[in-house]
Amino acid sequence: MWDYTEKVKDHFLNPRNVGEIEDPDGVGEVGSLACGDALRLTFKLDENRRIKDVKFKTFGCASAIASSSALTEMIKGMSLEEAEKITNQDIANYLGGLPEEKMHCSVMGREALESAIAHYRGQKAVKEDFEIVCKCFGVTDREIIKAIRENDLKTVDQVTYYTKAGGGCAQCHPKIEAIIAKVREEMAKEGLTPKPEKRKLTNIQKIKLIEETLGREIVPALKADGGDIDLIDVDGSKVYVALRGKCSFCPSSEFTLKQYVESKLKEFVSEDIVVEEVRS
Amino acid sequence: MKTVYVDNNATTQVAPEVVEAMLPYFSEFYGNPSSMHFFGGQVQKKINEAREKVADFLGAEPSEIVFTSCGTESDNAAIFGTLDSYPEKHHFITSRVEHPAVMNVVAHLNRKGYRTTEISVDREGHLDMDQLKESITEETVLVSVMYANNETGVIFPIEEIGQIVKSQGVPFHTDAVQAAGKIPLNMKRSTVDMLSLSGHKLHAPKGIGVLYIRKGTKFSPFMIGGHQEKGRRGGTENVPYIIGLGEACELAKKHLEEENTRVRALRDYLEAKILEKIPNTLINGDRRSRLPNTLSVSFEYVEGESILLLLSDLGICASSGSACTSGSLEPSHVLRAMGVPFTAAHGSVRFSLSIYNTKEEMDYIIEHLPPIIQKLRDISPFWKDYLKSQGKG
Repeated sequence: MWDYTEKVKDHFLNPRNVGEIEDPDGVGEVGSLACGDALRLTFKLDENRRIKDVKFKTFGCASAIASSSALTEMIKGMSLEEAEKITNQDIANYLGGLPEEKMHCSVMGREALESAIAHYRGQKAVKEDFEIVCKCFGVTDREIIKAIRENDLKTVDQVTYYTKAGGGCAQCHPKIEAIIAKVREEMAKEGLTPKPEKRKLTNIQKIKLIEETLGREIVPALKADGGDIDLIDVDGSKVYVALRGKCSFCPSSEFTLKQYVESKLKEFVSEDIVVEEVRS
Repeated sequence: MKTVYVDNNATTQVAPEVVEAMLPYFSEFYGNPSSMHFFGGQVQKKINEAREKVADFLGAEPSEIVFTSCGTESDNAAIFGTLDSYPEKHHFITSRVEHPAVMNVVAHLNRKGYRTTEISVDREGHLDMDQLKESITEETVLVSVMYANNETGVIFPIEEIGQIVKSQGVPFHTDAVQAAGKIPLNMKRSTVDMLSLSGHKLHAPKGIGVLYIRKGTKFSPFMIGGHQEKGRRGGTENVPYIIGLGEACELAKKHLEEENTRVRALRDYLEAKILEKIPNTLINGDRRSRLPNTLSVSFEYVEGESILLLLSDLGICASSGSACTSGSLEPSHVLRAMGVPFTAAHGSVRFSLSIYNTKEEMDYIIEHLPPIIQKLRDISPFWKDYLKSQGKG
């Protein structure tokens, strides 16, 4: 069972502003039956061009309904300029948080709002100008880039949780990976990703982190080439490993160790790590 | 709030008789059945009795029963134990609608260089027998097809499948986790070589399973250790649970008729009332060939998780094949394999009954389900569109 907050449950059991405004100023529609969730947002402005009334209709799970309901409560009374600043994270925060796997529900809310505002301004649907990366769920590169930037996403799984992209046949995973790499590089240049504070790791934490990093970042790639790697020991900043399988007699194993294993461990564990090979 | 538990394909209540039979073996009779002394010997005797009860329930010989830790272990042991016995053969056949305990082994085997074939099903959930016939080759090491489907309850013609498989000299395994206790199983007159069973689906606790291995079947142990289970599964016997499972099998045999009369009638009643009271509702799986306790029903234009949570709020426990409930984004692989349209696949709910359910409970569900579906349809943007398209909006 999902661990939903009381606020999510409340907005799911007692959704606010359900329905459709007749003769609305803006209409936004996102999602589809095939995708498993969809949202139709309609709003009406008052004479000061503030949102006087807003209603939603949603097909989807509890968190999709709760996110839609929360969104309508949040934007009532706002000007469009204020409303368009709302991020999916704001919606999630309003609800006291969402399970990470369900973050795409908050993204759907933000997208519907964006689309409704664009409709009011007479702009065409933004989707058409961009490349569809995930064909299963019809997610564009623009949506993926936005989610990565707004939520500081790092992995394909996270992109799936937030946008659904990659949640179907998985064929677009390499593409998503490339987008993540590119966007994060841009973000680093812009100084948007403050380097996470390096806290001092205990030995146990360090060994765990090394094991995790090997398992996630390194072993799969080595295995693909018929090799493998074992962690033998950790002594301060020195990490002793043994290469197995094809790697153990591969002429470029030295290169693998320094350029690949060491750089990954430096990236994920600690800057001062030195990898040494143990022959066994 | 009262609890109406109709999720018995997920797990079942442990029968009070089973709990009672188990209790002394936690405290009083804690001996190791392998010990030489009387204290272990008396436990060994009870294990033998339990083995006989399970064998009797399956129409098998006691020596053909191997106790495991769960259905998944039984399935894995059957597959890997057979593959290991025929290292020269590299082709594995199963169906597209298996439980993850078999389905996810397929991807693993592919990575290890095996060729695998997953037989399709039709819109009603029936296996494509022609594809099965065509798929078996000299290279085929094992065919593993479930007895009955956990989501729809559709029963496969296991003996017919077995005849095709055995006529080609290929070993045959079936995952009977959902079938056991709901329909009669008799290994005496069967083509099945290996069969998996799980305790907690038939009123024994979680943590105990069985792999039936027909005498003369080649099998390499999956769990290597001591001499237990005649060397076919190492590890000290899970004594209280084995005794509990023996008791549960004895009860299941006794209750089989009730399962197929009273429980079936309750299920049919629930199904008929749901179809009568809620428009745009479809039943998933062939209604003529289904487990007596299972009802998979799809409500168009609404989403399963929302239905489950509103039911749960009223104390009704069911499950769904919708995407959102599983954490994945696509609806259940079973419904997709059957080609259930998206309008319905996302809104599927499974009710699975047991002998502990009553007519009052069905009436409680029938009273509360229609307003829940109506509430969600009123929120759904597609429902009004649908009504409009029908000229009703």
